[in-house]
Amino acid sequence: MSARPMIELRKVSKRFGDFQALKAIDLEVAPGEKIVVCGPSGSGKSTMIRIVNGLERHDSGTVVVDGIELRDDLREIEAIRAEVGMVFQSFNLFPHLTVLQNLTLAPLWVRKMPRRQAEALAMELLERVKIPEQAGKYPGQLSGGQQQRVAIARALAMRPKAMLFDEPTSALDPEMIKEVLDVMVELAREGMTMVVVTHEMGFARTVADRVVFMDQGEIVEAAPPQEFFGAPQTDRARLFLSQILGH
Amino acid sequence: MSAPVHPVVNAAGSAPAGGAAPLRWLRANLFASWPNALLTLAALWLLWRALPPFVDWAFLDAIWTAPDSKACRAAAGEGACWAFVAEKHRFILFGTYPYEEHWRPAVACVILVGLWAASGLRRLWNWRLVPLWAAGLAAVGVLMWGGVPGLPYVENERWGGLILTLLLTTFGLAIAFPLAILLALGRRSGMPVIQGLCVGFIELVRGVPLISLLFMASVMLPLFLPERVTIDKLLRAQIAMILFAAAYLAEVVRGGLQAIPRGQYEAADALGLSFWEKTLLVVLPQALRISIPPLVNTFIGFFKDTSLVLIIGLFDLLSTVKVSLTEPAWTGFGVEAYLFAALVYFVFCFAMSRYSQSLERELARADAGRRR
Repeated sequence: MSARPMIELRKVSKRFGDFQALKAIDLEVAPGEKIVVCGPSGSGKSTMIRIVNGLERHDSGTVVVDGIELRDDLREIEAIRAEVGMVFQSFNLFPHLTVLQNLTLAPLWVRKMPRRQAEALAMELLERVKIPEQAGKYPGQLSGGQQQRVAIARALAMRPKAMLFDEPTSALDPEMIKEVLDVMVELAREGMTMVVVTHEMGFARTVADRVVFMDQGEIVEAAPPQEFFGAPQTDRARLFLSQILGH
Repeated sequence: MSAPVHPVVNAAGSAPAGGAAPLRWLRANLFASWPNALLTLAALWLLWRALPPFVDWAFLDAIWTAPDSKACRAAAGEGACWAFVAEKHRFILFGTYPYEEHWRPAVACVILVGLWAASGLRRLWNWRLVPLWAAGLAAVGVLMWGGVPGLPYVENERWGGLILTLLLTTFGLAIAFPLAILLALGRRSGMPVIQGLCVGFIELVRGVPLISLLFMASVMLPLFLPERVTIDKLLRAQIAMILFAAAYLAEVVRGGLQAIPRGQYEAADALGLSFWEKTLLVVLPQALRISIPPLVNTFIGFFKDTSLVLIIGLFDLLSTVKVSLTEPAWTGFGVEAYLFAALVYFVFCFAMSRYSQSLERELARADAGRRR
């Protein structure tokens, strides 16, 4: 293992019109590291992870993923996307395809995997997220928690080197949050590199190597969870924590 | 109605018992209120005035067969002269195609209708449709042109009637539809040049009537071409119709594309799918499905619009009807002739419309099955 970071952001900035979403962000994620990103809404958390796989283009700075610098070349972006899995807040499963087809689509077309192998892999992943019996159903027939687990399995089917989670439990009913977090904890134990935008502070405590706190487009604090939760360094972080842990 | 029925009807909400059902239906649908009852009575009166004379004319007093037009002339104003249609149906359906070879356009019609019917079956919706269409269209071409052993050559100036209408529609839609998808994708593309070209084309073509496009194709286009290059008239008309249909269909497809949530694009992107993989595997299957009703609507319109080729001297179904009326012996039977043409158009359009409705129901059921 080299010391090369899996994901490296240097002086990354992004504006949407007049709104400065990211202000010269620096962040390194080592292979196998788990990072939880939190912060008030509009702080740039989602923008940051969306930049990592090219769903948003950054205006300046450099983004390097697995040694490949993210530039405007579409081929490089596609190469990076194939290595980095992404899980969305709203699942974004393909409604016209069955669960199994959702999982095999990218391996078949992007990885050129033989169908039999892709289906075996898909079933193995569905076992891992504990819903193999749903393989033949359509996404609309599943509960939110099941859909999000399928979405995680779909991302894993590309055998990614890192996984990005953009508020994966925010759209779920409370009773379904745990089943999704359980799968993510399991994944973390297996050593996956993860960047998770979430407000689930319990998850951050158990899984994160570092908690990154963002506000107004800046990384305000980045520290291991005990430190961050025990002794936040800034007023902004203290205020945020009191707001989300206060009740 | 028997007396015991009324209590059942009055017991609102209870299930109708036997003979109560028709009465209840009448009351709910035709006599629900005073204005409703008046309208019902007015409509009945109109039907009573109009229907019997029409039935007399079209069926009871009609002349179905006659050796010549004299019998018809004698009955003029009393009954319809279907003998005219019986006499001229071959010409109306197949135009000036050599008489003894009429079986060829007849078979071609069957093949074309068969292709459409096969494409309508959902379980045949897969890649096999492509070779099926290729083979079907090739067979139609060979049948119509001939020039192979057993089939004498027939130049396409002699094609006409129903087969020409079907050919213009089928080739028109088969080529315009893929073109429309490309135009719709281009219109949404981020590349300014492609987007500009697509928007320009769509707006230009939609901004002029089909008739002017046909005139351009038949009169102006040859002026711009070098002297020795000639494109045949049928092909020119076909190209004009393809461009016209493509522009309209492109807007329908674009409507479907707009209904696909951004998350679908992002999920496909995040998996590393290329633009074409994303478009063909994720976006279009969903977008076209939503667009089925307006697509069929456009198809029906296009089928009827093919009748406009008559103004540039092609003999589609409506033109052959018109021409068949010019024979001195048979002038004056325009009502019968045009009713016949209308019936043929109606059969095709109604079939398309019914198919679209059944498909919508079927897809709605399938969608419901995909939800909990």
